[in-house]
Amino acid sequence: MVTSVTTLGRSGLSDWLIQRVTAIIIAAYTIFMVGYLVANPDLTYVQWVQLNQNNWMRIFTLFTALSIAAHAWIGLWSVLTDYITVRLMGPKAVPLRIVLELGMIVLILAYVVWAIDILWGI
Amino acid sequence: MRKERPVNLDIGTIRFPLPAIVSILHRISGVMLFFVAGLLLWVLDASLSSSQGFADVKACLAHPVTQVVLWGSLAALGYHLVAGIRHLIMDIGIGESWKGGVMGARLVFVVSVILIVLAGVWVW
Repeated sequence: MVTSVTTLGRSGLSDWLIQRVTAIIIAAYTIFMVGYLVANPDLTYVQWVQLNQNNWMRIFTLFTALSIAAHAWIGLWSVLTDYITVRLMGPKAVPLRIVLELGMIVLILAYVVWAIDILWGI
Repeated sequence: MRKERPVNLDIGTIRFPLPAIVSILHRISGVMLFFVAGLLLWVLDASLSSSQGFADVKACLAHPVTQVVLWGSLAALGYHLVAGIRHLIMDIGIGESWKGGVMGARLVFVVSVILIVLAGVWVW
């Protein structure tokens, strides 16, 4: 059996579900944030800090950051496994794909750490 | 295993129908948004660091080059959101037929063009 060692959920069905649950969280955050910024065109620093210091907002932002991490992992993995292939590029595709996937994972983890650092450093 | 075994679908020889264009743009916008996420974290970090940082971000967002980047990012976000919602609607079983697929693809284009224009109005 071929096991996809670089997928997030280790199974297509699991990835499928994670992709949708995370999509809804990210969509909710996007709509909230765009709505907030449109409604507050003259936003001040104090208002902005108060919004993001609120613990519910911190949790919402953190969940969104984690959702983006999982969503990007699954999405980019799909893109890389579809286009960086032996059929399209020859045998060098395999090491290239692994390197790109690992680079992607490192960047995703860096995003998450950065987000936590921002949120609890306000 | 034979190296030159036949390939079931050679996508290089297939003309792109509308739903395929929606799909490939969903992927392209998704890859773009992965890098936009880094920019947004940078904006969040700077804007919350101090009142000076907040003012710097505001000044930066008033720059024409930043505004083009911002509009491009919002366009990718809006498109990806609309195409994603279409996915969820199709998951419930709506628009899965051949005609429904084309209709859904058209709707994605119409709705996202409206959102992208609105995003431009918001930025400028």
